[in-house]
Amino acid sequence: MTPQQGAQQTLLSASELYCERDDRVLFEGLSLSISDGELIQLAGPNGAGKTTLLRLLAGLNRDFNGQLLWHNAPMTTVYSEYAHHRLYMGHLSAVKKSLTALENLRWLTAQDKASEEELWDALEQVALAGYEHTPCLQLSAGQQRRVALARLKVSKAPLWILDEPFTALDKDGVSWLERELQSHVSNGGAVIITSHHALEGIPGLRRIELGGVA
Amino acid sequence: MSLVRATVRRDLLLAARNPGEWANPLMFFLMVAALFPMAVDPNPEFLSKIAGGVIWVAALLATLLSLDSLYRADVEDGSLEQWLASGESLYAMSLGKALVHWCISGLPLTLMSPLLGVMLHLPEHAYFALFISLAVGTPVLSLLGAVGAALTASLRSGGLLLTLLILPLYVPVLIFAASAVYHAGIGMAYNGQVAMLGAMLALALALTPFAAGAALKLNLSR
Repeated sequence: MTPQQGAQQTLLSASELYCERDDRVLFEGLSLSISDGELIQLAGPNGAGKTTLLRLLAGLNRDFNGQLLWHNAPMTTVYSEYAHHRLYMGHLSAVKKSLTALENLRWLTAQDKASEEELWDALEQVALAGYEHTPCLQLSAGQQRRVALARLKVSKAPLWILDEPFTALDKDGVSWLERELQSHVSNGGAVIITSHHALEGIPGLRRIELGGVA
Repeated sequence: MSLVRATVRRDLLLAARNPGEWANPLMFFLMVAALFPMAVDPNPEFLSKIAGGVIWVAALLATLLSLDSLYRADVEDGSLEQWLASGESLYAMSLGKALVHWCISGLPLTLMSPLLGVMLHLPEHAYFALFISLAVGTPVLSLLGAVGAALTASLRSGGLLLTLLILPLYVPVLIFAASAVYHAGIGMAYNGQVAMLGAMLALALALTPFAAGAALKLNLSR
């Protein structure tokens, strides 16, 4: 897949999404679609429903009205195929404190059939070289987040769905992640992200504001 | 399947790193069984009659104690969310979790049971019945318990609720298992009871992972 302008392929499209929580309408009539080479940033105040929308797009939450299509097929019917082609990272990082960085990454990437070498390489890329055998208990919050983010280097999924991935990262981490997003998008991948962080200079960036519904 | 295998491996590794989680219920098992002779009657003749039942009740309580944490950590740290996101079958996943739970609770209980038999003057010819009833019965406890653990995983204090939900389901296992040990002790055939336990195990293996998987989905579809 090369990102040729005009020959883009729609990966995921959502139409007329309606969702309410506790008698409060989070969004209605929401439509969006994402093609390869695009990055969608969901923005909005706290409680606007960013995470809810993200979980819904990831197929984790089926409690909504509307239609979700993956490569023009209803997502629920092709869910296992969809699951293998999108990477979902919630704000819980699924990192076990008593396991080492390498052991955690091995579990997180169990479906990617990655070699040991790739895992070591990924940890080195997130500046955790030398911490491979350190229990995550002894790592800082930012380093634990890096362990979880290392799977981005291993995964081959074209669609990334990331919920607040910049949390707890330091300056270097933030610029590393920005570069990763950029290179994923320019290599024909797609990203849907929630973040309060200003993402500038990434080609194909679109912002969707939530919370406009009174 | 790869994620199921990785999860089984990770859970065994976690158990090895945190031995307290599985060793404490085992100590509890030992202590409950040791309290009976002190509280009731240390007379060997009396003890040999109740030994099978006491060991089984203790095993059941120890299993309950270890069940509470089965899914909670996975819900809290987001592992469960990753399972659902993986698109792998939840049936295989919950079966794997129950299997690991049995390996770190039911299996050591079974292996430790002859020791308790000696403490409680279990009749000699009942040892094999005790062993086989635990070997077949404790997997049923793990499988049934996993359903309760899945249902209460996202509750902050689900421990007591779990006990109330699951204990009634354990009663048939307890009845047939204790009866097998008792009948072996008085020299009667006990293969009927063991066959019943085997039937329960087959049923639990086939059905409980479905229920546990559905319950896990409920936890997250908020």
